[in-house]
Amino acid sequence: MRTCNVKVPGRLAAFLSALALSLTLGGGLGWAENEVSTADHSKFKELKGPFPTGPDVTRACLQCHTEASKQLHKTKHWTWSVVNPDTGERLGKRNVINNFCGSVVSNEARCTSCHIGYGWKDGTFDFTSEANVDCLVCHDTTGKYRKFPAGAGHPVYQPTEWPAGSGRMMQPPDLAEIAQNVGPTSRRNCGTCHFLGGGGNAIKHGDLDLSMVEPGRYLDVHMSPGRLNFTCSTCHSGDAHAVQGSRYTTKAKDTNGIDIPGRTDGSRASCESCHGLEPHPAAANAKLNEHTDRIACVTCHVPQFARGGYATKMWWDWSTAGRLDENGKPIKVHNSDGLEVYSGMKGDFRWGEHVTPEYRWFDGSVDYTLFGDTVDGGEVVSINKYGGSADDPDSRIWPFKVMRGKQAYDKGLQTLAVVHTFGKDDSAYWRNYDWDKAVDAGMASVGAVYSGELGFVETEMAWPITHMVAPKEDAVTCVECHSRNGRLAGIEGVYMPGRDRTGWLDFLGWTAALLALLAVLAHGAVRYYAHTRRS
Amino acid sequence: MNATRIYIFKRFERFWHWAQALLIIVMAVTGFEIHGTYGLLGYETAQEVHTTAAWLLIGLWVFAIFWHFTTGEWRQYIPTADKLMAMVRYYLTGIFTDAPHPFRQTTLRKHNPLQRLAYLFVKLIINPAIWISGLLYLYYSAWPALGLDGLSLAGVAFVHTAAAFLMLVFFVVHVYFATTGHTWTSHIKAMITGYEEVESG
Repeated sequence: MRTCNVKVPGRLAAFLSALALSLTLGGGLGWAENEVSTADHSKFKELKGPFPTGPDVTRACLQCHTEASKQLHKTKHWTWSVVNPDTGERLGKRNVINNFCGSVVSNEARCTSCHIGYGWKDGTFDFTSEANVDCLVCHDTTGKYRKFPAGAGHPVYQPTEWPAGSGRMMQPPDLAEIAQNVGPTSRRNCGTCHFLGGGGNAIKHGDLDLSMVEPGRYLDVHMSPGRLNFTCSTCHSGDAHAVQGSRYTTKAKDTNGIDIPGRTDGSRASCESCHGLEPHPAAANAKLNEHTDRIACVTCHVPQFARGGYATKMWWDWSTAGRLDENGKPIKVHNSDGLEVYSGMKGDFRWGEHVTPEYRWFDGSVDYTLFGDTVDGGEVVSINKYGGSADDPDSRIWPFKVMRGKQAYDKGLQTLAVVHTFGKDDSAYWRNYDWDKAVDAGMASVGAVYSGELGFVETEMAWPITHMVAPKEDAVTCVECHSRNGRLAGIEGVYMPGRDRTGWLDFLGWTAALLALLAVLAHGAVRYYAHTRRS
Repeated sequence: MNATRIYIFKRFERFWHWAQALLIIVMAVTGFEIHGTYGLLGYETAQEVHTTAAWLLIGLWVFAIFWHFTTGEWRQYIPTADKLMAMVRYYLTGIFTDAPHPFRQTTLRKHNPLQRLAYLFVKLIINPAIWISGLLYLYYSAWPALGLDGLSLAGVAFVHTAAAFLMLVFFVVHVYFATTGHTWTSHIKAMITGYEEVESG
């Protein structure tokens, strides 16, 4: 065999390998496509089935993946509860009250259709049960697995009508087929819950909706299947089922540099973990890299949210809920785009598509208004207050979807109310449309006694926008912020060329220039007049 | 009345003058766009052109300063009170009545006393103010590394804008005074050819 032994200088070798790498990536090979499992789950006798219930599948999974449930038990996906190490606040879906559906407590069976478990229907759920972890909702590759919306995390096991009274039947999934086709998580898996938060597609986040299952390049450069084909877990990486990247403890500025094994490889859930803090090439305007200290990447690179074709909810006014038709059914009103703008169950809605985010200083700290925190109804309540200011070098300007609305609060106790909306019992709001009964039951579920005085208070909740990263040609341009009434008009504490000026200096300067011009014109006119008269 | 031609402005001086004029116009147009006064090229292009022009102008200034000192031409800007009031009176009255120009231009004294003062003000006050505030502005992100944390961008921008307005006023007056020579255009021609027409005695 002939070998070719050519000595390649180091620099050239580096160039060639970089070229080879760029050709490989440029050739359309996505990261996810390279993942090839060494196991074909359809060949495992443990997965032959039949499986009467979800937990039966999990028990089969655990025969090989012995530690999986124990790992998941430690995660927020399972506990829905986390203590913010900075504030000591107990957060997580189980503890916070938001201004969409309200709170999980007392409505478990509905809300936990997005829990990665089976059977969390009330306060008695066993959080130590390994069989109650739902493997399939995250690892199904067939797209056929679906939890029943009101089944406390279970799929249906016999044909069941949903929505109730609609005549449409949900069919039980073939659990054996799904179990034999498990694989790595996909955009669809995560989207099953994260794209549908708040009660339906696109409602909650604004930057996460079903358009992100197969996004075009214009919608998300990283996740578009045409090129990089990132899944959620490409960035939200993690070992032992602990997924990185959380709204509760956000990194406003990742100064770790590019994460590589052997140095820091903790989390890829920040732009900087791959792009670093000097992401723009030398050929680009040098000022771009100088912005990374005060401007989050997404501030420029996510110019708008809800731009995949689905509107997101921007306003939800619970105070108008309760209008019923002559049959006692909640009234529904849709606008010309087919969007629900009033629901007797939930109140008034406003929607937004292609929404320009609101911008605020953010240092990564979030302070929640939790149950028991004083709400007197006098001013707009920030459900979650984001810390940060221009004076803090670790703060950056971030984009947010700000969800606004009105929601119930207990005037006597001066706290946001826990409302029992869903349930088959007499006190559930969606059964009797009686606020007092629903709040009384809701408050009781957290050990409080409703004062009997109900009010509605305006609230706002900020959601950092990090997804739907546009191609660079669609990034926010300089003038969109560097102008008198640009995107950052409301940002305080920094001098921005094009936005800011000293008013009296401009007045004085232009006046002086104008007077000088008038003076020389007058001088010239007199000269001209005198000159022509003489000749 | 006869006119004679004397060689006043050397080749480098003329190149320096016109190149500087062009750069200052470009910088004013792009600068006030960056300032948010109007939209013309687009903010990013304006910023890029402004920065490029700034470096060219700084390069030009370096050559010009070298030229002034090696040729001794810097002496042309030493202020003098001689005929100063006569010049003021000339521009206020004499120029309208065709009175004789009180100052006689020569190669060694190419600027009248008012010009000397004006150009000295530009060179010692406006230019350094623009130059220093502009470089600080440009290197805003390096302030912490340079130990300049105490500066405020608003303050630097204020100085830069104020100096720009001074330059604008100078520009307007300067362009007008270019027409006040022996004829309406003789000064301008002199700046192009180097030869000034002066009244012969």
